Amino acid sequence: MSDHAVSRRAFLRAGGAVLTGTLASTSGVLALIAPSTSWALELEALDAHQAATVLQFTRHVFPHDRLDDAVYALVVKDLDAGAAEDPTTRRMLTDAVRRLDEASGGEWLSRSAAEQFVQVQAMEATPFFAKVHSTAVVSLYDNDMAFAHFGYPGRKGDPGYIHRGFNDLHWLPDPPDGASGPVPETA
Amino acid sequence: MDMYDNRTTFAADDDGVVVVIGSGAGGGTLANELAQKGVDVVLLEAGGLHTTDEFIADEWPSFSQLAWTDTRTTTGDWRVARDFPNLPAWICKAVGGTTVHWAGASLRIEPHEFRARSTYGDLAGATLRDWPLSADDLASYYDTAEKKLNVTRTNGLPGLPANNNFKVMHAGATRLGYETCHTGRMAINSVNKDGRNHCMQRGFCFQGCRYAAKWSTLYTEIPAALQTGRVELRTRVHVARIEHDDNDRVTGVVYFDADGRERRQAARVAAVAGNSIETPRLLLNSESSRFPNGLANGSDQVGRNYMRHTTGTVWGVFDKPVEMYKGTTMAGIVQDEARHDPKRGFVGGYEMETISLGLPFMAAFFNPGGWGRGFTEAMEQYRHMAGMWLVGEDMPQADNRVTLSSEARDAFGLPVANVHYTDHANDVAMREHAYTRGAAIYEAAGATRTYRTPPYPSTHNLGTCRMSERAADGVCNGHGQSHELANLFISDGSQFTTSAAENPTLTIVTLAIRQADYIAERMRARAI
Ligand SMILES: Cc1cc2nc3c(=O)[nH]c(=O)nc-3n(C[C@H](O)[C@H](O)[C@H](O)COP(=O)(O)OP(=O)(O)OC[C@H]3O[C@@H](n4cnc5c(N)ncnc54)[C@H](O)[C@@H]3O)c2cc1C
Ligand code: SF4
Repeated sequence: MSDHAVSRRAFLRAGGAVLTGTLASTSGVLALIAPSTSWALELEALDAHQAATVLQFTRHVFPHDRLDDAVYALVVKDLDAGAAEDPTTRRMLTDAVRRLDEASGGEWLSRSAAEQFVQVQAMEATPFFAKVHSTAVVSLYDNDMAFAHFGYPGRKGDPGYIHRGFNDLHWLPDPPDGASGPVPETA
Repeated sequence: MDMYDNRTTFAADDDGVVVVIGSGAGGGTLANELAQKGVDVVLLEAGGLHTTDEFIADEWPSFSQLAWTDTRTTTGDWRVARDFPNLPAWICKAVGGTTVHWAGASLRIEPHEFRARSTYGDLAGATLRDWPLSADDLASYYDTAEKKLNVTRTNGLPGLPANNNFKVMHAGATRLGYETCHTGRMAINSVNKDGRNHCMQRGFCFQGCRYAAKWSTLYTEIPAALQTGRVELRTRVHVARIEHDDNDRVTGVVYFDADGRERRQAARVAAVAGNSIETPRLLLNSESSRFPNGLANGSDQVGRNYMRHTTGTVWGVFDKPVEMYKGTTMAGIVQDEARHDPKRGFVGGYEMETISLGLPFMAAFFNPGGWGRGFTEAMEQYRHMAGMWLVGEDMPQADNRVTLSSEARDAFGLPVANVHYTDHANDVAMREHAYTRGAAIYEAAGATRTYRTPPYPSTHNLGTCRMSERAADGVCNGHGQSHELANLFISDGSQFTTSAAENPTLTIVTLAIRQADYIAERMRARAI
């Protein structure tokens, strides 16, 4: 056994694994802010297959075709952390992955997107779906990579847009003075 | 000395003080106004002190820092009960109360709205009443409040400059022929004033204004009150109940301090300003042998007639970018629909005000529970969206009410509030009209698509201890004084007899200023 494997096993919990990926595009905004083009998520509770399945499931719930897996991995990270903390959550996630695979007569992941989606829809009323949804609706849209994708500057707006384009829309007529007000001179 | 240091402290058994519960729009203003008149005040606030340099320009972390997240429960037909069962309202728990999060829209209630029952008639299912006061009674107090808040477009102050979101609203509204459309009457400095900066168009008004350009009791009323040396502010103290004697006089309040220890503060007068959910909860939790249904609740009106405004949001999607998040959150208004015109199929009116949400809140509130392509296609348009919030008068109903939960308890073992709300048919008709007109504005400005977002957890909470001419119809009189205990006052939006179309805070502040005059006068006359 290599040193690497030993230290990895010592570092991770039993059953732990790593979910890895490579940024789909090295030219997009993401490549500019991501520390490297490949990413790795160390898992605490799920195995790599379960994590990959949950990631793909999340892609069906919130499908943004040009949003990188690296962002969806943040959802998996939060779900995995929840599973590590709480055995009920862990069982909910692992059972759901098993059910998806069983219903697909093999690996759900190897099915076509359309076939996968049928299973996702069938699970809409389950606690698993609700868990993925409620986690993703926060994690997926509350990070710098998502901000870059959707064009929201977040904290960069903290100083104020008074000199940075708060009124730079020019494809409609400007309101008359009476409806607007002066930009303060001391600004 | 720091602006938040107490320059004075009062003994627990000092029964000469006015105890004010809650430091938001109502309580913070009342405490300062009383102190300016030489009255001693103990100001009790459940939340902690977070100064402008601590504010976070990030929606979820800011929400965790400032919002009231202690458990509440919900029932009723409203969608909030399904989507956010433990978050019926969006309210702050912090020094300054919800004036830390508010957007600053500051409109006067119209004269006819104070006469809601006379103007609208008898609507089945609605408990409409006229207010026990008129617009004339409040006029000079509104003047004072507008000066205090530096409301734009009053007292010679300029309006705020138009941002992108407002430009879209204005273009569409003008094309539809709407006439009253401008950058609003906002409690946001349009020029440097009172030692506070002018607005820097940050767009994080809902997360606390780092520049203190937007009025909040946090950095206006409260430091001014402490400066007088007549006010002691106690933070992280949760008031559990109010006590009284056999003559129906309040004698003191019992609270849990930051370490969970039970304390008592004697009081000559108690004024409750915990916002319209905690205020009735506190009275209901203060039941006694003389007041078995809750303090000041002989009329059985405490907690009833809960109002939250008829609201909704419309988003317009455009070919070119809007970037609505740049600049003030409520950047402008259309007022033409605020009139009472039953020909539209409902009584009362509504305002249309721009709104923007950052990406995290957009995901959470755009269509709670939504998923799949329909949801993500909308999110992909984020940069190209303009937004407006619709806010109109909702009907008071006896069964829309705050009660004590029979099961859920807070950290101190006190029953939490359950909030029950179901729309009145008038509310449904008004919302539909407002959604349609809002979409028409964006279509006139060139929108390729519009979306409707359902009401958020309530930001405007009103009516649960309403003022009434007759004691049987409400909880307090036109001065917010309890019909049953002369030295107990309601000092927040719970007093509202009806909701009116306008955002409520200017009126809450106005009533607090007027109430301070009344309390000081009654104290001088030794009537309380
Ligand atoms: C996002 C947002 C935007 C808004 N925008 C506008 C706007 O543009 N215009 C407008 O008019 N209004 C607006 N509002 C509403 C406005 O904030 C409220 O109307 C106003 O702050 C209510 O004042 P209040 O005194 O009743 O309560 P609050 O300001 O909520 O203050 C109540 C305080 O009491 C404390 N408290 C409660 N219970 C206890 C207890 N038992 N013991 C001790 N302390 C207690 C709370 O912690 C809180 O600090 C907005 C609100 C939100 C959330
Ligand atoms: S937009 Fe203006 S009022 Fe709002 S947070 Fe920024 S500076 Fe304050």
